[in-house]
Amino acid sequence: MKEQKTTKVPVWDLPDVPKGKLPPHLQLQRTRVLCTFDAPTHTESIQYSGAYAAMGVDNSLRLEEFRNNFRVEVIKLTEDDMEFDMIGIDAALANAFRRILIAELPTMAIEKVLVANNTSVIQDEVLAHRLGLIPLKVDPRLFNYMIENDEPNEKNTIVFKLHARCERGSPRIKVTTNELKWLPNGSELILSTEKPTQDSTSKTKTYTSFNCRQDTLPEFLDNPIVPKHDDILIAKLGPGQYVRNFATPLVNETSTNEASAISFTFPCMIESPHVSSNDTFSFGGFIKLAGAVGSGKNEGLNVMGTSGSVGMEIELEAHAVKGVGKTHAKWSPVATAWYRMLPEVVLLQDIEDGMAEELFKKCPVGVFDIEDIGKGSLIVFDQFIDRQLGRKRATVARPRSCTLCRECIRGDDWDKLLSLRRVKDHFIFTIESTGALPPEILFTEAVQILEEKCERVISELS
Amino acid sequence: MEHGSFQDESQATFSLTDEDHTLANSLRYTLNQDPRVTFCGYSIPHPSDARVNIRVQTTGVPARDVLKDSCQDLMLVCQHVRSTVDQAVMEFKNKQWVESMNIK
Ligand code: SF4
Repeated sequence: MKEQKTTKVPVWDLPDVPKGKLPPHLQLQRTRVLCTFDAPTHTESIQYSGAYAAMGVDNSLRLEEFRNNFRVEVIKLTEDDMEFDMIGIDAALANAFRRILIAELPTMAIEKVLVANNTSVIQDEVLAHRLGLIPLKVDPRLFNYMIENDEPNEKNTIVFKLHARCERGSPRIKVTTNELKWLPNGSELILSTEKPTQDSTSKTKTYTSFNCRQDTLPEFLDNPIVPKHDDILIAKLGPGQYVRNFATPLVNETSTNEASAISFTFPCMIESPHVSSNDTFSFGGFIKLAGAVGSGKNEGLNVMGTSGSVGMEIELEAHAVKGVGKTHAKWSPVATAWYRMLPEVVLLQDIEDGMAEELFKKCPVGVFDIEDIGKGSLIVFDQFIDRQLGRKRATVARPRSCTLCRECIRGDDWDKLLSLRRVKDHFIFTIESTGALPPEILFTEAVQILEEKCERVISELS
Repeated sequence: MEHGSFQDESQATFSLTDEDHTLANSLRYTLNQDPRVTFCGYSIPHPSDARVNIRVQTTGVPARDVLKDSCQDLMLVCQHVRSTVDQAVMEFKNKQWVESMNIK
């Protein structure tokens, strides 16, 4: 095999890279993610302070430099949403802020539901879960966490009451969050272990022990605690039903024998007459019922509708406490918080005429525009450009809307014509608040939590 | 909690309870940017344990001092981020307010 002849250049004869500056290709790899055809490359951020020591470049963090370079530009800010650009920060920190926003900022959410009566088709646990997810419009900073063995009091618990009933014969009704009524005086349900006392002077013990009414506290005087939205559907209640209508077609064929125990499934409410009204058992939806039931008769069972009772009813009390999204997503103060790096679309060479048209059509979100260079629309450059009439050239008009779908670099060496990148230290951050606090406050609170974490480590180390 | 040796203070592993990637990754970043650090990294030994181990090796200074300085740095960065965001939000609100006045 013939050895390939390449002129050998001693390393000390190579042109010098100026000290303190990275050569362009390394600078590109350091500051951009390159989205090539098959995969993104150079995705890591070069964190090590001595990474470029051999080139005389200091990669360490200088606070002064950070202060000079860091910028924030608010793009959109409404009551609940915020979008802003955060420029000059590492992904490690941007991600820390995002993680704290989602999982570690506290809010208030319903945690305990005391069901006095529920004859709706929604099971107690499903109902409780739905209630938990309702965003409450209350500043969590005014409350304390309820720590183990804490008595529920006015500083750690918010009580709501819900009582809705569908009258017999009326159309089906919707129970929405506007029926959740705040009880500033705490729970109204008597603690079941309490013996009813004849002594009228002593306060009967309820499920909470408030020292004062919450609505007399200055924070809530003219700012009552309500759910953020008053039109969230909690449940639908219907007027009761006759069991015969449902049960008959569903009764198991083999067990129509009068005396035998049968098992069948039917959608209706069953209420046992042997329990007091405060802890009524109820079942909803399709239930499996086993027992001796005579055909048509419902011995021992009081089936709603047939007994002339009213329609479905929900009566409950919901206790909200302070928590964080780490424990359960219902405490997360954001619907979501996310960031993306600023896309950058670079045309490596002029793309003209047919190619420009093709490129324009390729992009589904309209990143490119076509510019007429023949008619001299580019005044500054026109003496250098071939002034043939009708010549067109592609330009990158809206790089921010690029989704990096990579459609434009697919096929036929298009990836040699343009390059897709992401700027590593430019984050387009979006916060969608669920309503407890405005998004800009959420963000500063999140940053503060990171500070507190650092403080904790420092004090632990000293 | 620190796991190190008395002979050589320049390397140690710090075990932080009730912390996760949020703090550990941020600290790894600030530690790495400190020229006195020769190596640093972190790991979460088990996902159901709320604990991270941060390893710090330095050129000679006690590792705990370097970690403390890094926390300090991170706090200063956070303070700057907070004030910058506050300022940007205020400017934006002012701008919005002026625009809503609709001065011709
Ligand atoms: S990657 Fe997709 S969205 Fe971005 S410029 Fe190319 S075609 Fe358009």
